[in-house]
Order: sequence, then C-alpha cells, then structure tokens
Amino acid sequence: MASMRDIKRRKTSIQGTQQITKAMKLVSTVKLQRARASAERSKVYFNCMFDTVNSILSRVGHVEHRYLMPGESQKKAVIVITSNRGLAGGYNSNVVKLVTRSETLRKEDLLIYAVGNKGREAFHRYGYEIKETLPEIIEEPAYADAMQLSQRLLDSFAKGEIGEIYLAYTSFKNTVSHEPKLLRLLPVDRGELEENSSETGAIMNFEPEDVEALDMIIPKYITSLIYGAMMEAVASENGARMQAMDNATSNAEEMISDLALKYNRARQGSITQELTEIIAGAEALG
Amino acid sequence: MADNQNFHLRVITPERLFYEGDVDMVEFNTTEGEIGVLPGHIPLTVIVKPGILVITEKEGEKEAALHAGFAEILPEGITILAEIIEWPEEIDGHRAEEAMNRAKERLASKTPETDVMRAETALLRAMARIEVIK
Repeated sequence: MASMRDIKRRKTSIQGTQQITKAMKLVSTVKLQRARASAERSKVYFNCMFDTVNSILSRVGHVEHRYLMPGESQKKAVIVITSNRGLAGGYNSNVVKLVTRSETLRKEDLLIYAVGNKGREAFHRYGYEIKETLPEIIEEPAYADAMQLSQRLLDSFAKGEIGEIYLAYTSFKNTVSHEPKLLRLLPVDRGELEENSSETGAIMNFEPEDVEALDMIIPKYITSLIYGAMMEAVASENGARMQAMDNATSNAEEMISDLALKYNRARQGSITQELTEIIAGAEALG
Repeated sequence: MADNQNFHLRVITPERLFYEGDVDMVEFNTTEGEIGVLPGHIPLTVIVKPGILVITEKEGEKEAALHAGFAEILPEGITILAEIIEWPEEIDGHRAEEAMNRAKERLASKTPETDVMRAETALLRAMARIEVIK
C-alpha cells in the first residue's frame, strides 16, 4: 500500500488541477454566452442574405454563370476553422477528421486555408498543402476579415488556381451539441438552396440585370457564410471547452474522494500497526 | 399610391441591427445611380454603391454613410443588408480625409497595375464619410 505521504501529495496535486479546470470552465461559460449572442445577431443578416440569393437563383433559372459551375482547376480550397488553443475535447480533431476522412476530397488536390492554429498543426502533421494560416482572426472574428479571405479565394477562383471552395467548421446547435460540418461554397450548391427555398411569391426585379447581380451578390453571400461559420465556431469552441472542463472537474472530484478513502485507510492501518507494536512491546516487558 | 402609414426600414449588418423603424422615405446610392424610395415601390433588389443613406422619419432626417451591401425593396418596406455602414458620430474625419487624398493620388498617378475600380471605390467611400459628418 502506498504510504500516507504519497497519497496526500497526489491528492493535493489533483486538487490543484481541479481548481484550474474549474476556473477554465467558468471562463469558457462567460465566453460562450458572449459568442452565442453575437452568433445569433449575425444569423439575422445571414438568413436575409440566404433568402435573397435563393430568390435570385430561383428566378434566373438554369443560367450559365461562373459561380455556379466548377472551375477548370482540379485544386480544391478548404477553409478549416479550428481554435488556437486546445483543451476543448474533440472539438479540433473532429473538424480535421471530417476533411481527412472525406471521400470527395483527395489529399493531393487540397489547399488548406487554416483559420486557427490547431488545424494548421494537424494538417501539417498529415502532410497536406497549407496555403494560408490565419491564427489571429479566430480570436475576435470581424466581418472585415471574412471579407478579405473570401476576396482572396474568389480571386484565385477567377484566375483558375482553384476549382472549388469548401468550408469546414463546427456548427453550433446549442450549448451541449455541436456538429462538425463540411460545406461547399463554390460553385454554389443549387440543390441545397432550392430545397430550402420558401416561395415568397413576390416577383422581384433586379437592377442591374440578374446575371450581373449574381456577380456582386454571390461574393457577399460567401463572405457571410464564412463570417457566420466563424461566429458559430467560436461559440462551439467555448461550448466544447466548457464541457471538457466540466468533465475534467468531476473526474478530479471522483479521484479526490477515492484518494481520501485510501488515505484514511492508510492512516487507520498505521495507527493499528503502532498500537500492535506498543502492545507487543508492553507484553514483552511485562 | 399606397398610404404612408407603415413603410418599414430595416438596416442589418453582420454585427448588429443597425436601424429598424417606420419611415417616410429612404434615399441612397446604387450602382445604377442615386435613388429615393417611397412607400409602394415595385419589388426591386439593388446593389449599394458608397454614398449617404438618408432616412426621412416623421420627426426629421437621419444620415449615415453606407458603403457596401445590397437592398431589397418591397412595397411595404426596405431591407438593407449593409456590409459596412456608419452613423456620423462613428466616423473619424481625419482618417477619411487621408484616405480620400490617398485614393486621389492613386488615381492621378495611375499605372497599368493600378486597380482603378478599387481606388474609385475607396474615393467614393471617403467622400461619403466626409459628406455625412459635415
């Protein structure tokens, strides 16, 4: 049996860890609330954007537009949104797995745009080609960042350097459930759009003409998707970390009570032993 | 045409709900020129060009610098999805003036590599900012 001193040392160290995980959980809870509020605010904008793009697409019919057809290049850009820091359970690895295990995305075709350090590290390890790393923008996602990123991607798309653009992130459903998602940004997925389209009935006119309007609105649509994904990812990250830290805290609790039991048993054992020794000594003297 | 009772304007940015309320008229700049929208307008979607957004309410006028986005006009209201929009009190006049001078310089000394579209947009943006704080 371990000595009393060893057990005590172990218990103190676990208590220290527990204090840290508890504090981290509190911090994530606060951050989660903030991230969630702003994710909800950005949702209004996104929904309006979605409806508009929908109504344009359903109106123009099957038009041949460059944003609606895959580019000639075999290369596919994937924006992977992860966090900069770990200790968030499976949050980062789930997103990475989604890309590495995807059947449609072949490793040699991919160009990774890593938003967040953890994703970059993982893809670097697996030997993927990393085109850009943007660790700072996930700290405080701003619309301007999403705009610049989508601008660069669209430029590459226009130049024929990439044929398709994907987005991998963790969508935020509620505090306990987050789901990694892989979306195709370009060419715009008409099937999905039309499936969800709600027929408004109003006949919409466009100025400038439909096709020109598509040219201008689709980049904005993509920017809003990227921005929305970043907002949701931040909320999910904090949710995942909160859960992970909650589990760690209760695990520590369990270990501490287990060790307390062991400690008491060891203490009782040593008392009994001392008593036996004293009695035996007294008997020998008597 | 339509009664002036409920003409609803919503200005939404990715970060916040910028403005919401019943208005009499809305004016702003689009790719096709400046437009003023009154209640009962035909359904129309337009792309925003940098300029000033003038909101005419019952109590008076409000102005804001609207830089990018698009607007969905319906007979009973307008929804403006603004990527960038600012109230006059949020604008830094000095910065706007510097940006205007930079853009003008770029346009004046243009080489084949100059992105004229971008410089022009920057100029328009700076001018809208300066105009709205005056």
